[in-house]
Amino acid sequence: MKSPSRRTLALSAFGILFLAAFGWIVATQGPLAATKVTLAEARETRLARSLFGIATVEARRSHSIGPTLAGRVAQVLVDQGDAVKAGQLLAEMELVDMDARLAAGAASAAGAAQRAHAAEAALAESTSRAKLARNSADRYADLRKKNFVSQEAADAKAHEAAAAQSAREAAVAALAAAKADMQRAQSELVGTGKNRAHLRLVSPVDGVVTARLAEPGSTVVAGQAVVQVIDPASLWLRVRIDQGRSQGLAVGLPAEITLRSRPGEQFPGRIERVDWVGDAVTEERIANVVFDALPTGIAIGELAEVTLRLPAIENALAIPAAALQRQKNQSGVWQAKDGQARFLPITAGLISADGWVEIRQGLAAGDTVIVHSAKALADGSRIQPVDALK
Amino acid sequence: MINLASRDVLHGWGKFLFTGVGLGLLIGATLTMGGVFRGMVDDGQVLIDNSGADLWVVQQGTLGPYAEPSSLRDDVWRSIAGIKGVAETGNAAYLTIQMAHKGKDTRVMIVGIEVDRPNRPGAPPYLTAGRPILQGHYEAIADERAGLKLGERVKIRRHDHTVVGLTRRMVSSSGDPMIFVPLKDAQEIQFLKDNDALVNERARTAANPAFNRPGVPGLLEAAQASATQARSVNTVLVRLAPGADPTAVAGEIQRWKRLTAYTKAQMEDILIAKLIATSAKQIGMFLVILAIVTAAIVAFIIYTMTLAKVREIAVLKLIGAKNRIIAGMILQQALALGIIGFLVGRIAAGLWGPAFPKYVLLLPQDAVAGFAIVLTICALASSVAIRAALAIDPAEAIGG
Repeated sequence: MKSPSRRTLALSAFGILFLAAFGWIVATQGPLAATKVTLAEARETRLARSLFGIATVEARRSHSIGPTLAGRVAQVLVDQGDAVKAGQLLAEMELVDMDARLAAGAASAAGAAQRAHAAEAALAESTSRAKLARNSADRYADLRKKNFVSQEAADAKAHEAAAAQSAREAAVAALAAAKADMQRAQSELVGTGKNRAHLRLVSPVDGVVTARLAEPGSTVVAGQAVVQVIDPASLWLRVRIDQGRSQGLAVGLPAEITLRSRPGEQFPGRIERVDWVGDAVTEERIANVVFDALPTGIAIGELAEVTLRLPAIENALAIPAAALQRQKNQSGVWQAKDGQARFLPITAGLISADGWVEIRQGLAAGDTVIVHSAKALADGSRIQPVDALK
Repeated sequence: MINLASRDVLHGWGKFLFTGVGLGLLIGATLTMGGVFRGMVDDGQVLIDNSGADLWVVQQGTLGPYAEPSSLRDDVWRSIAGIKGVAETGNAAYLTIQMAHKGKDTRVMIVGIEVDRPNRPGAPPYLTAGRPILQGHYEAIADERAGLKLGERVKIRRHDHTVVGLTRRMVSSSGDPMIFVPLKDAQEIQFLKDNDALVNERARTAANPAFNRPGVPGLLEAAQASATQARSVNTVLVRLAPGADPTAVAGEIQRWKRLTAYTKAQMEDILIAKLIATSAKQIGMFLVILAIVTAAIVAFIIYTMTLAKVREIAVLKLIGAKNRIIAGMILQQALALGIIGFLVGRIAAGLWGPAFPKYVLLLPQDAVAGFAIVLTICALASSVAIRAALAIDPAEAIGG
């Protein structure tokens, strides 16, 4: 047997290369290929938790100032952006018949006072009359005893005295009525005066006008705002936080605020109030966050992102959140056992902001779990651990 | 006893090899076409599997959410969660958009999922990098094919989203990569209009006397506010309790909730049998033609190869070689050609398959079937050549 020729050697080499290429394709692409995975160890770490919410800048107190009666706007003295003081006149409603009604009220009060005066005089007169009649009746009664006058004359005098007394009592009642009438007329006058005062719209606080909602000449109904005033120092954020992730939301939590107009900056703040009533439709909790120092140039209605820092959990046994999987309605992790994937049900707890999940039950420190995988794993899948998938 | 076939091949091995490689590339193209077809079906299948749902609840009478638009109120899940046999529900919104990123337009499917705890229905079942979505807003998990990197910020309509995780093989039924975002963001993306449209819409409402009556302050504002709400989702994904009968629960939902519910089998039927049926048939037709062409070419090659050896066969006959030996030689050569062709084809398909823009799925059973078909075709083609060879007159060796 002669030694193999160069041609045979070349052909054999080619054949081996060829089969190797085929083998490589089958091993890396077919179902025989192992799934590449990355691994991580369960370890004790510090879980820094946070809540995230979307917020809008709002004024804590916004005063909608309008008339208490329907009417026409006479003048509006301020415009949007004007600073106003407490008690400053902002707008005035048209008086219409208000002054005439005041005059009528005053006149009617004066008339009532006069009538009361007349009733007083009438009372004095009837008092005097009653006194006279009583004296006269007493005298006749005395004379009757001595039989100087007839019984009839004495009876007539007694009747006169009783009638005069009744007339006096009527005069007392008339005086009380006249006095009450005078009081009513005066009250009416005061009320009309107050109504007139309400036509002057004054600012209840020191603040800034944020809206001028009606112009002179327009008619507004009772309660409709003509001018809106806010206190610029009272600006805060109304934060909406998903109910499912709102555990731990409490007053006083520190917050980091990013305004939409300044995406790179973070402003410190804290939760001032947590609403008892959440939004049942959007399934969100609502809280109010105040700035530690109010940034300049922010506008009401501006969107902001708020990150709330919850107290961290020290020394919690944790794994990367990506490792937490679900199989047949069970939470658990995949573990590498002899080159194969095995599912292990575990009980997971809280999740930190940087993606670590607390292990309540099922794993011990140092246990290895599969974090990332190139495809979905099944029990018994062949796996090949790598540093990173690419 | 020497092997005639191998001696003959070694005699003209260059020609034989190149014929085999050429044939292999053709077989590779056929296998790839089969892979494209399988990939299309698989795109539909992974969409169903990755959602992790047992039931899809959609708007009554629609084939949603993938094959037809479907719109549900996002609190419908509450009434579904109470039905016996339902273990978990999850709202989901799907929307295919053109996303501009780094000056390049990519077609992606935005998937809105609930993110209040990990692994809600609709969430990607595995990640290849990063972590799940943990914030209620402005985080995203992207399929690797979307071309996004971990930590990158990508603008989707009104807001920037940070890519916190990557995943693989999460595609829509038409193969577009998916980007998972929190549900509330997806609702905004899908239902809230751009600023100009909002302003125009407000002006239109203000011009409508029914909404802007004098003497009714607040009516216009109320009408405006109600017009800008995004309170809809496309589907409610339902996970069933162990042992629950999907058909029974679906029937319950259809009957009492006035919604349509699909089981996994029905969803597969909608996606694979209906949605991609025409394009799949198109590819299937092409695959059949390509297979026929491949078979014809193999037959021609073997036939002409045999005819090129007329003199040699005549000499063999002249020196008294049996017909069996000649037939065996031709058959062995044909089968060798088929094997080389198949191997080259499988390697070629494996190499260029991943470069395709859409998924190419090369199934081992397809490869095995392809191998069997190639060998059968080679054997049949060689039978024609063998008949021709046996008919050769030994006299040709000397005369010709």
